Amino acid sequence: MKLFSKGFSLGMIALLSVSLVAGCGTTPKAGSSDSSTPIKVGGNLELSGSTAMFGQGAKNAIQLAFDQQNAKGGVLNRQLTLVAADNKSDAGESTSAVTKLVSQDKVIAVIGSMTSSVTLAAIPVVTDSKIPMISPSGTNTKLTMDPATNAVRPWIFRACFIDPFQGQVAANFTLTNLKAKTAAVIIDQKSDYSKGLAESFVANFKKGTGTITGTEQYVGGSDKDFRSILTNIKAQNPDMVWLPGYYQEVGLIVKQARELGMTMPFMGGDGWDDPQLYNIAGDAALNNTFYVDHVATDDPALATFVSDYKAKYNNAPNAMAALGYDAANLLIKAIDDAKSTDSEKIRTALENMKGFKGVGGEITIDPKTHNPQKSAVIISNKDGKPVFVTRVAPQ
Amino acid sequence: MGSGIVTQIFQQIVNGLSLGSIYALIALGYTMVYGIIKLINFAHGDIMMVGAYSGWFAITVLHLPFLPALLFSMVACALLGVLIERIAYKPLRNASRIAALITAIGVSLFLEYGGMLLLTAQVRTYPPVFPGTMYIVGGVYFKYGDIVMLITSFVLMALLHFTVQYTKVGKAMRAVSFDQEAALLMGINTNNIISFTFAIGSALAAAAGVLMGVYFNTIDPLMGIIPGLKAFVAAVLGGIGIIPGAMVGGLMLGLIESIVSGFGASTWRDAVAFLILILVLIVKPSGLFGKNVREKV
Repeated sequence: MKLFSKGFSLGMIALLSVSLVAGCGTTPKAGSSDSSTPIKVGGNLELSGSTAMFGQGAKNAIQLAFDQQNAKGGVLNRQLTLVAADNKSDAGESTSAVTKLVSQDKVIAVIGSMTSSVTLAAIPVVTDSKIPMISPSGTNTKLTMDPATNAVRPWIFRACFIDPFQGQVAANFTLTNLKAKTAAVIIDQKSDYSKGLAESFVANFKKGTGTITGTEQYVGGSDKDFRSILTNIKAQNPDMVWLPGYYQEVGLIVKQARELGMTMPFMGGDGWDDPQLYNIAGDAALNNTFYVDHVATDDPALATFVSDYKAKYNNAPNAMAALGYDAANLLIKAIDDAKSTDSEKIRTALENMKGFKGVGGEITIDPKTHNPQKSAVIISNKDGKPVFVTRVAPQ
Repeated sequence: MGSGIVTQIFQQIVNGLSLGSIYALIALGYTMVYGIIKLINFAHGDIMMVGAYSGWFAITVLHLPFLPALLFSMVACALLGVLIERIAYKPLRNASRIAALITAIGVSLFLEYGGMLLLTAQVRTYPPVFPGTMYIVGGVYFKYGDIVMLITSFVLMALLHFTVQYTKVGKAMRAVSFDQEAALLMGINTNNIISFTFAIGSALAAAAGVLMGVYFNTIDPLMGIIPGLKAFVAAVLGGIGIIPGAMVGGLMLGLIESIVSGFGASTWRDAVAFLILILVLIVKPSGLFGKNVREKV
């Protein structure tokens, strides 16, 4: 009995180690060249969790783009399939989701994610597997530029502007339009996006002779009670509050701030963009708040996209959906330019992309940074609706 | 409108008390269950989550006003609590403590991810239930909701105290928590009493859940984890197994969190709660109100 169980356990250990070794180091093949098999594109998206609205909007838009392309015969005479994986708005889950897409589903490219921290978590996996990844709305600089080596990450691209630009736009608006001389900053310490955008705003605000009265932090994704940090800020009496967070916490923070009697303007970045913001904060609380965004969905240039999206999904798209749409079409064009589904060729095609006309603006990828130069818009919240204020072009 | 330091402190105290009353309600459930069967019910925070969702359902789908929704949610969770006890904990009553603890963690995970599957991790929002009237007393801001929350918590805690101290059932509960076998010999139906304890504890957690939903607006399936852990700390702080201890522990924890945040160390807020846990266990494990009961040979 003893000998049998020892041999059995040794056998099990051997079997498990073999499967482990077999599991690692598989290089996914970039799809067969048989023209009847569909092209699989992975979507590493936030479909649940605190930024679920971003991922859901993008997923719908990507599917819309693929469906429209498939109706035209697909690309390279093959149909496009989106394989979506939910990263639950969490960096840890993102790594597992993209690993599954790359090794199990054998996708030829990944679109994702919508938020910077979550995208960063997926980067090592796609880089090792040599699969190109396009983030529709990740704005932190670290996504495309490795801060350790200051070199561009060869397999990562994005379809949106970056936080240094966003912070600059916001700071200028604050100094010029809001005429604020002092500002307080509230940062989501769990988000690279929030930290990077806060840094950029602070640097630009100070350059314009503004003063920061204080900085407070919260934990995104779990904190719900912000009244203590808001009480601190209230005592500092700043002219405005810079709040570069995601809509779920932003809604609660603005609501609780108004309840504490804080009437100064609040401003943030593209993380604010979602109709849920109004449900969470209430229309009245959001008056006198502003945010920087990628597109204004009532912009006539987006009219066709908006009506197509509404027809298919019965509700209006948000800016993230527009970016997802552009990312999908950018990939389609790259596959077309490369005339192949080979990942290296697609990567080169993306790197040399010039003059791609997306609904969110024109995208020309800079090979040195993999960033497009795009303009930003400033939206204000008035009586429960986003209102376009102004557009700022990149310098 | 710069407020003075005193106003600031009072505001933080108001903030801390409303948060603390929620922790107190949840901590009561922990403490009662521990007192009676020496089990730390890690699923308790998730019962709070189910309570929040039941309240949401009652308010948005059944269109009930606040109090009936609260009662609906409390009844629903009382039933859930009894169900969990009968299915998961009763069979392990004579097993080792570790087995019961692990089962509790299992139930917790089941509720969380079962909730995720059924309800999707999308955040739901509570429609505004209270008028948004603000009261300003000496520069300190109270919301109508703050006051309702404090009053509801205190009323529930008072009812619990009354039940435990002055009714026959309460006496039975105290007897079972003192010595389960002796109580059985005295003719008390210990199984029913234990189920009743779970029912009350879960009902209180449900009330906390509804209050959290109304106050913080957003609910999601994982919302019970952190408040559950903090309520556990509060129960330990006050003396696990001692009912007034849970109430005091909850309020104290809420206040300490607010004050720590107020001193500008907002990132340390969660850390402080667990630091308190470690300190209490090192310095006075029986908690503030606890006595070290020595076993007499």
